[in-house]
Amino acid sequence: MDKTINITLKVWRQKGPKEKGHFETYNLQNISTNMSFLEMLDTLNEQLVAKHEEPVVFDHDCREGICGMCSLYINGHPHGRDSHTTTCQLHMRRFKDGETITIEPWRSAGFPVVRDLMVDRSAYDKIMQAGGYTSIRCGAAQDANALPIPKPDADEAMDAASCIGCGACAAACKNGSAMLFVSAKVSQLALLPQGRVEAARRAKAMVAKMDELGFGNCTNTGACEAECPKGVSIANIARLNREYLKAKLKD
Amino acid sequence: MANTIDSKIPQGPLAEKWTNYKAHQRLVNPANKRKLDIIVVGTGLAGASAAATLGEMGFNVLNFCIQDSPRRAHSIAAQGGINAAKNYQNDGDSVYRLFYDTIKGGDYRAREANVYRLAEVSNNIIDQCVAQGVPFAREYGGLLANRSFGGAQVSRTFYAKGQTGQQLLLGAYSSLSKEIKNGTVKLFTRREMLDLVIIDGRARGIIVRNLITGAIERYFAHAVVIGTGGYGNTYFLSTNAMGSNGSAAMQIYRKGAYFANPCYCQIHPTCIPVHGDIQSKLTLMSESLRNDGRIWVPKKKEDAEAIRAGKKTANDIPDEDRDFYLERRYPAFGNLVPRDVASRAAKERCDAGFGVNETGLAVFLDFKYAIQRLGEDRVRERYGNLFEMYEKIMAQNPYKTPMMIFPAIHYTMGGIWVDYELQTSIPGLFCIGEANFSDHGANRLGASALMQGLADGYFVLPYTIQNYLADQIQVPRIPTDAPEFDAAEKAVKDKIAKIMSIQGKRSVDSIHKELGHIMWEYVGMGRTKEGLTNALAKLKEIKKEFWSNVYVPGKADDLNTELEKALRLSDFIDTGYLIAIDALNREESCGGHFREEYQTQDGEALRRDDLYSYVSCWRYQGEDQDPELLKEPLDYEFTERKTRNYKE
Repeated sequence: MDKTINITLKVWRQKGPKEKGHFETYNLQNISTNMSFLEMLDTLNEQLVAKHEEPVVFDHDCREGICGMCSLYINGHPHGRDSHTTTCQLHMRRFKDGETITIEPWRSAGFPVVRDLMVDRSAYDKIMQAGGYTSIRCGAAQDANALPIPKPDADEAMDAASCIGCGACAAACKNGSAMLFVSAKVSQLALLPQGRVEAARRAKAMVAKMDELGFGNCTNTGACEAECPKGVSIANIARLNREYLKAKLKD
Repeated sequence: MANTIDSKIPQGPLAEKWTNYKAHQRLVNPANKRKLDIIVVGTGLAGASAAATLGEMGFNVLNFCIQDSPRRAHSIAAQGGINAAKNYQNDGDSVYRLFYDTIKGGDYRAREANVYRLAEVSNNIIDQCVAQGVPFAREYGGLLANRSFGGAQVSRTFYAKGQTGQQLLLGAYSSLSKEIKNGTVKLFTRREMLDLVIIDGRARGIIVRNLITGAIERYFAHAVVIGTGGYGNTYFLSTNAMGSNGSAAMQIYRKGAYFANPCYCQIHPTCIPVHGDIQSKLTLMSESLRNDGRIWVPKKKEDAEAIRAGKKTANDIPDEDRDFYLERRYPAFGNLVPRDVASRAAKERCDAGFGVNETGLAVFLDFKYAIQRLGEDRVRERYGNLFEMYEKIMAQNPYKTPMMIFPAIHYTMGGIWVDYELQTSIPGLFCIGEANFSDHGANRLGASALMQGLADGYFVLPYTIQNYLADQIQVPRIPTDAPEFDAAEKAVKDKIAKIMSIQGKRSVDSIHKELGHIMWEYVGMGRTKEGLTNALAKLKEIKKEFWSNVYVPGKADDLNTELEKALRLSDFIDTGYLIAIDALNREESCGGHFREEYQTQDGEALRRDDLYSYVSCWRYQGEDQDPELLKEPLDYEFTERKTRNYKE
């Protein structure tokens, strides 16, 4: 049989971006430790709906750690305390019977709260639109094997590309910097010959857009890397800085 | 609307059809493209690639998604890979062989011409993705690596770790982002389509709900493209994302688009087993694991019983007492038989009492042998992220103890009927990706969903839609205060008001779970006439229960997640009914559709080509009336139909 625990939740409730938020306390009994964290929130919401109260709004979709839709500060950590884990992959067996769990939305100037635990992350899309692509037109590509790419470069590009765009990096950063996110895309494309052509333009455009949208500066605390659910390395930030500097020197 | 089905397959030899089509189709010149608006609903592989490519061509594109960003679409979760007929491995692959494997894998229930075209453009997809900077796995020589997937005897699957869908979707998303920057694509996030607007018999726009404000909005376009994925969540528990839904398909079905082969649902053999009542979704373990993992259950019933009772573990069972039932039954393909075959074989063993896990509803997928052969590091390199995911969910280390897996609903081959041009039975309405029915027949092979989504979006629709739009260049933009928009919006608002007014006792999820139980029990892996008849009666009751006893809190004109779910559930109930009706009609077993009455002596699917070699196209006849069945005959001109054989 499943082991069960009783927990107390302190959940941030906020009606809208401009309204004042507050913590609401809920007690949950007999939560199976095999449940995922979001299934625990489903249980809370079912209970709220049964009492004709409005459920807690939170973003989630794939529930297998890849879409980047889920977020949440859990006991002060983006995606909870476990490393390399998204909120949807966190399971209740990681919590103790009787524990109080505090759940908040991302706290970052770049991600205003929409409702309760849901935030607006469209700033990340806007940064991508500034230059996170190669300007290839469909139909114009050469044969995929025409350009061999050293395996270590391809592997490193893949590691950078594993970013899921969840926003934990900016949310974890005391400066609210989006450098890990930006550097992951800049690195992926800078490491590949297909992306080199526009590397300088891309680095400048994405950094400029990030600054424009109100994200802070990087002071190398490394909190982003520590909290990134995909383990994206801050070595990417160093590469972004090199790419950016090279591009600026050419100007 | 025509009563006969015209699939518009071009004349000529199989290998020349697509070339001939492109050579003779009508095109729209650059100056006119700017004057034409196209709505694309969905930003998955099909939707994003179509929106980006149409934008590159110069059309004015409006692209909608329900999530906060296009990159969240559930294509992102595809793990294993994408097929292409590159033959980089020099193992005898070719366009014809990819075509043939897909036709055979689909149990001879797909259109030859569509499948051949799919195989033809598969190579372009790989070129396109590499040019976008998709970091596919490579060999030390710098060339692209491949692996094998079920239903094929060649290695033609390209992959990016266990995250191929993510990388391909991010590639399409990057092209989409480029076009948004260029101003050709306008993006609308957190918007859910709630109806199609038809003016003078042509699709001319959509009604959407703004999921943040609850406002109902109207959008016009010269043509509408639906790329909203499959309807697997009808079963409540599936490998789909929580938000994946079949509502857009049901909306256009009610407006006259035919729904084809709804009963072809794919049950994926390698998913993490169900653990309890509160479970919200099932997690897929990539099919690529079957390259190196061996599937087994205990040979002796008493061992299975001991494992279920927790008295023995998998590692206590010696090799000679393990039944590698896929290798035993299908020596030629072994663990790499197609998904439908592997799923049924697992069910057969569990039904016979050899299942493991507490529930008896699981089989082992064992990497012990691969680790002995390759070493743990090589196995980690290939499947590390999947093993980690498994360990997080199950709290067991798959390097030390075999994984437990069980089949789950994963993909729907059925969908909206489209002709060769991917146009539905409503002029000006197109349907792409998993949402349409076209290429996989009764069963989809692994790594072919990504191929089809991107083929439709990058290389097929951007051509075929021009054949339709060529004579639309004189049509001015229709203002959204036209009476047809008024009527469609009113119908949507009435439906929402009705749901809000019920104020019953049941939560949306509780009814959805009940629907899921019925679907899995009677319309799942093994279907019978009796069970399906029973299901239809139960589904009518569920529909009544929903419309009289659902409770949705909050307001309609506000962010309301329960209302979103209720609207989707109302469509899932109707979809479930359609699946069951189609399954009842099809008195044969083929691919993902298994009717227990129709099996061979060794329990294999018994196809009845003389009676059921057609596409079932269901036409809506009004609320609470059974739909009308139209048949598109499937003529096999170029391949000989055989009984699928994965034994020798």
